Amino acid sequence: MRIRILVDGKSFGVKQGDNLLHACLSNGLDLPYFCWHPLLGSVGSCRQCAVKSYDSEDDQEGRMVMACMESATQGCRISIDDPEAVRFRAQVIEWLMVNHPHDCAVCDEGGECHLQDMTVMTGHDHRRYRFTKSTHRNQDLGPFINHEMNRCITCYRCVRFYRDYAGGEDLNAFGAHDRMYFGRQSDGTLESPFSGNLVEVCPTGVFTDKTFKAHYTRKWDLQTSPSVCVHCSLGCNTLLGERYGEVRRVLNRYNADVNGYLLCDRGRFGYDFVNSEQRIREPHGRQAGAAAGEDLDQEAVLERCASLLKTDNSLVGIGSPRASLEANFALRELVGADHFYSGISAQEYELEGAVLKALREGPVRTPSLREVESADAVLLLGEDPTDSAPMLALALRQSVRQQPLREAMKAGIPQWHDSAVRGMIQDRKGPLFVATPVATALDDIATEALRAAPDDVARLGLAVAHVIDPQAPAVGGLAAAAQALAKRIAAALLSAERPLVVSGTACGSTVVIQAAAAVATALSVARAQTEVDPPLLFLTLSECNSLGLALLNPKPLAQLLKSGGKGVGGTAVVLENDLFRRAPAEQVDALLEGRSLVVLDHVPHATTERAHLVLPAATFAESSGTLVNNEGRAQQFHAALAPAAAIRPSWSWLRGAHAAARPLEAPPVSLEDLRNACAAATPELAEVWTPAATAEQTQTLRYAEEKVPRASFRASGRTAMHAHLNVHEPSPPADADSALAFTMEGFSSPDGQLIPSYWAPGWNSVQALNKFQSEIGGEQRGGDPGVRLIEPRAAGPSCYPDAAPAAYAARDGEWLVLALPRIFGGEELSNGSPALQERTPEARLVLHAEDGRALGLEDGDEVEVSAPGCSLRLPVTLLDDAVPGVAMLPLGIPGKGYLALPLRASIRRAPA
Amino acid sequence: MLSDQVQKEIRGELEHYPTPRAACIEALKIVQKHERWVSDEALQEVAALIGIAAAELEGVATFYNLIYRQPVGEHVILLCDSVSCWLTGCEKIRSGLRERLGVDYGQTTADGRYTLLPMACLGNCDHAPSLMIDEDLHQDLTPEALDGILEEVE
Amino acid sequence: MERPLTQNIDRGREPLGLKAYEAAGGYQAVRKVLTEMTPEQVTKAVKDSGLRGRGGAGFPTGLKWSFVPMGDDAPHPKYLVCNADEMEPGTFKDRVLLEGDPHLMVESMIVAGYAMGADVGYIFLRWAYRLADRRLRAAIAEATAAGYLGDNILGSGYSLTLHVHVSAGRYICGEETALLNSLEGRRATPRAKPPFPQVSGLWGKPTIVQNVETLCNVPHVINRGADWFRGLSRTEEGGTKLYGVSGRVKNPGCWELPMGTPIREIVEEHAGGMQDGLKLRGLLPGGASTDFLVEEHFDTPMDYTSIQAAGSRMGTGTMILLDDGNCPVGMALNMQNFFARESCGWCTPCRDGLPWIEKLLQAIENGDGHADDLDLLDAHARDLGPGNTFCALAPGAMEPLHSGLKFFRQDFERHIAGKGCPWS
Ligand SMILES: Cc1cc2nc3c(=O)[nH]c(=O)nc-3n(C[C@H](O)[C@H](O)[C@H](O)COP(=O)(O)O)c2cc1C
Ligand code: SF4
Ligand code: FES
Repeated sequence: MRIRILVDGKSFGVKQGDNLLHACLSNGLDLPYFCWHPLLGSVGSCRQCAVKSYDSEDDQEGRMVMACMESATQGCRISIDDPEAVRFRAQVIEWLMVNHPHDCAVCDEGGECHLQDMTVMTGHDHRRYRFTKSTHRNQDLGPFINHEMNRCITCYRCVRFYRDYAGGEDLNAFGAHDRMYFGRQSDGTLESPFSGNLVEVCPTGVFTDKTFKAHYTRKWDLQTSPSVCVHCSLGCNTLLGERYGEVRRVLNRYNADVNGYLLCDRGRFGYDFVNSEQRIREPHGRQAGAAAGEDLDQEAVLERCASLLKTDNSLVGIGSPRASLEANFALRELVGADHFYSGISAQEYELEGAVLKALREGPVRTPSLREVESADAVLLLGEDPTDSAPMLALALRQSVRQQPLREAMKAGIPQWHDSAVRGMIQDRKGPLFVATPVATALDDIATEALRAAPDDVARLGLAVAHVIDPQAPAVGGLAAAAQALAKRIAAALLSAERPLVVSGTACGSTVVIQAAAAVATALSVARAQTEVDPPLLFLTLSECNSLGLALLNPKPLAQLLKSGGKGVGGTAVVLENDLFRRAPAEQVDALLEGRSLVVLDHVPHATTERAHLVLPAATFAESSGTLVNNEGRAQQFHAALAPAAAIRPSWSWLRGAHAAARPLEAPPVSLEDLRNACAAATPELAEVWTPAATAEQTQTLRYAEEKVPRASFRASGRTAMHAHLNVHEPSPPADADSALAFTMEGFSSPDGQLIPSYWAPGWNSVQALNKFQSEIGGEQRGGDPGVRLIEPRAAGPSCYPDAAPAAYAARDGEWLVLALPRIFGGEELSNGSPALQERTPEARLVLHAEDGRALGLEDGDEVEVSAPGCSLRLPVTLLDDAVPGVAMLPLGIPGKGYLALPLRASIRRAPA
Repeated sequence: MLSDQVQKEIRGELEHYPTPRAACIEALKIVQKHERWVSDEALQEVAALIGIAAAELEGVATFYNLIYRQPVGEHVILLCDSVSCWLTGCEKIRSGLRERLGVDYGQTTADGRYTLLPMACLGNCDHAPSLMIDEDLHQDLTPEALDGILEEVE
Repeated sequence: MERPLTQNIDRGREPLGLKAYEAAGGYQAVRKVLTEMTPEQVTKAVKDSGLRGRGGAGFPTGLKWSFVPMGDDAPHPKYLVCNADEMEPGTFKDRVLLEGDPHLMVESMIVAGYAMGADVGYIFLRWAYRLADRRLRAAIAEATAAGYLGDNILGSGYSLTLHVHVSAGRYICGEETALLNSLEGRRATPRAKPPFPQVSGLWGKPTIVQNVETLCNVPHVINRGADWFRGLSRTEEGGTKLYGVSGRVKNPGCWELPMGTPIREIVEEHAGGMQDGLKLRGLLPGGASTDFLVEEHFDTPMDYTSIQAAGSRMGTGTMILLDDGNCPVGMALNMQNFFARESCGWCTPCRDGLPWIEKLLQAIENGDGHADDLDLLDAHARDLGPGNTFCALAPGAMEPLHSGLKFFRQDFERHIAGKGCPWS
């Protein structure tokens, strides 16, 4: 409910029950604060947000209150400008500054520091403290986070985020009185995969980005652009910062529905592959049969393209789940829909099929991450999202708070009153049931965690579905314990207000995905006649544009591989893809045999090695495009830098090649034309780029003459950047593909998805975001970016499989080897980032401890895994919390090539 | 390694509280009773025994001033330096101890026998100045009386 | 003159054991409430008596109890916590009760526990009270064996378990919500109020925290009635009070006297007046976090209202006397050193303001004071006031500072002008 409050005599509309600080900020008023954070709520420790509160019109005295600790009530009166409040707030800053070093000039936070901003805002500028400051020893917190404790102002935000919000255990507040310390119990890498958020949560320079430090640039000298993370399928929104042709850092870009205020460490620190020494920078050609090739100039490339791509029945294109919709579409246009293949493995294709079926045909909606947070009972089947879709794990950590939170609210405690809520609900958690083959990082908050092979996970899921809706297939021969567990899960889901089922392709099992869809379907059937909210089904996918690629209806790669290549001739065009990761080497070899190969990509790999023409493709950081996340949300990313001379976005290469080969058929087009063609050709994508649906298009129109600058108006040294080449200031690179410009001139306060960085007068830190939101924590002005493409069909029990799979039976001497996703080391692109490499643990096979003992193994011993087409040697980790007869193999081990997981293999101790 | 006795006592404490975490302060005191102070290793082991993170326990251990995270001498002298004792001359007692033991607040004698710490009000203000050596309270102190008191310590 | 709180106490001997305590009329209140009274009636009796909290804030005790959710659907377990932390400098009254009559403490917990429907009781005891610790544990064991504690007490259907929890130091543990965090095994930072502990306290459950002396009045109120209790006093506020005097008097100590006994009477008659050659300059009436009173106030009756009217607070009722042989700046420094050291570190004004105050006072005491230091001190005394900080520790610390600057201003100025302490 909206109410009105009076601030310094002026009336403002606010949400009833919001705290007053939140209410003031939502109305654009400047009120300084530290300990409050929109995600973390209020604890009232910093005392910075003091205002005067008056009981009535007659109350002239008023009393000092902390705005963050008071609920807004109809007609309540406060004053920000009251002289006593103004003076007290300046005094609070002076206290915070007592021990704060005067090191802004050498501090990474300088120029984008909330403490600096608040100091200026309160007007404190004269130091009266004349005694010695206290100092601290810093800790080495690993490759991501730099620690500089002297700058701490003891706002407690770091531990409140790291521990209370993200469930991390290795950071805490130590000491007391004015000897407080925030750090680890002893030096060492911060373990939480969300540690990078400390960089933005800390209002000063204690926790800063160590990867940024390695090539530091002041915020105002970065050229920034709105982007989308390419390191998993969730599509978190990011801000990319560039200088001198290098990506310097990634910050959160707020999207209320997707990632809110946060990012995971893979997304934040995985960017460095863009800057890799190994980048393909020149087109490279090799004549058939020749061992070595040569770099080609622009003209020669197009000539070569023209000759390779002449209309030819045997021209095939292989798309990519990590390339943009536009690039994939351009490839499809080039080769024709009949010759356009998916570029993902056979297993993956099947898994994706199961997901797509659930999304397109099922009655249940895929929620956004924000909706996941508000789910109040969760069943997680098959995978550990911490490794496959990290921000989902963080959202699930919030979901288990929902039921206890309701208790607190019933007792009259507002949700923002963080310490009171935690005091009341203590460690109580709402239902989260986990059924996976191996221990997960969410087990600590799980109501119950079951370890089972995928088929048994699916059986449990179907049993739950059957309990909820008898129309769902019955599961024969289920053990009594599993049956009882299914009943408990069903009861928890049925009694919840917003039940949620989670699974995805990372579990490697279509039956598990089907079971998840079945549970969600059963819930929607059971709740169809009631007023309650419909249930939710969240399915992860593998890559940043898995769904976008699928929506272009590529044919399965397996079909192409089956037909082989020998004697077929013609050309294969491979878009941003290494086929040797997608299929067995012999099959790929067979495919390539006798074919000409054109590959577009950023860094060399086994497939580019084989190419006759390699085209240097721009990364996401150097191009604009569209990705569709697992939720079916199409989101655009924008280049942060113009690609180096010979590098072009894939779609542009493809279109250029198309025009060169068949000029009559494909005139050169702009990105916008390409998008229009794509929308026209693909009904499901019709809404993605319509003027009404995307802020960008509207803005392109509105600011047709004035683009949005990527550089800040304080950018220094622009004229000097190229002075070693030419003392004249070069004209900035043009960008025809977006409404952004590579300059500091233009329309600098855009809305929605064109916001290239958060800045407002007086607000230089990331917390300037306040000024871009319609209300604090709500959507951005101009709407949040992205268009949802898939909504559920009307109910229909089409999502039940015909029957349950048979129970998993371990076979003597044989293991079921499953894929084990890993947050660090498990994703192709981010693996190129040195900081992530440092965090990537040695690849080890996970075995149940009993199996290990039977083989005479100890932790760390080497084993041999052998199956037809597979022979691996690697150390083991023995776990009690796993399934006997099941082994887990980390994905994406460099140099290990493709493995058709899951597979049955024998395992033995490796000979010395 | 925590001794069996320490482990046993800690397990016993767990029963007095509805959550294991609540016993953590008591657990640290048990370690201290046997080991005089809480070493890093002991802290890690106690955390594991109770089932909380080491950082969590460290946060608690470093908050309370009677949990010693650094080695102390065989006997800890807690000299009350609060206001009633100050009015009645605790500074003289402090210098008396300094003269006799050669240590000031926060220091341990070279022979490792005594550690001298300032202590907030001992609640013995009607017999100020006061101090405690280990568990024994000594009151109505004069510098002269210190010799006798120190002699008495086993 | 009746001394209900200390009637069984003789500091020269061991406290009464169970039998002797019973013979002296002990545990009658337990029997009475369990057999004759509903919890609501017990609360009403306490309310009628006008009993106010003896821990420092003086909140009406019966009123506090009435906020606890009662009845069948009230959350359980509920907790009763006795605040026996007593770390306020200059305060030593609870010790007298804890050491002197542990069974009275136990009986009080049972009666109060019954009134609020508590399932578990904790006595949060400060570490230094080793003797009290031993004696309380012995009394609890005796009482448990006799059926006064445990399941189904005296066949009444009411059950209460009682634990002693010994703290690990830190003055802030005495603040009732910090105490709860400490009991839960956490860092003892205070919690925001509301929600009040009566609604969401220990482990999120309804909880009452009550001072030792407050609780020890309860059995007597039950046995003898509200009118009798009110009649004990010399003023409007009921009961007796444990008054203490420390500092350089002839006979420092603690006495149970009628509520409202005037300051001068306590100092002169009970504490024997100042030691020879010393003159009383001022006093803190109720522990280190109360305002100074000076000569003109010495005839004030020691009760909550009168002391407040005189410009200070009754606090714990244990006075600290400043004589003319001690330096007021030094005394202020000593107290601010204590408060700065004992700040929990949670809120900015207290964490960073108190150490600054301490350093200013140290500079003044050392002869390094600046002319405008007193303005800075005044500003702090104002800005660390109630409402500006998270809990009452810092505002409490400002009381003696603020009044000290007022009453002893020349002494401060003399230090600064003369570049040093005239007393040293
Ligand atoms: C910093 C601080 C320390 C306190 N210490 C004590 C204490 O040691 N003992 C006590 O009974 N109350 C202490 N109190 C008061 C308690 O918060 C609480 O008001 C009291 O225990 C309630 O009991 P009562 O109503 O019986 O007085 C302290 C308060 C503050 C702010
Ligand atoms: S006033 Fe603030 S820092 Fe001081 S003890 Fe209270 S909460 Fe802690
Ligand atoms: S933001 Fe309100 S007290 Fe810190």
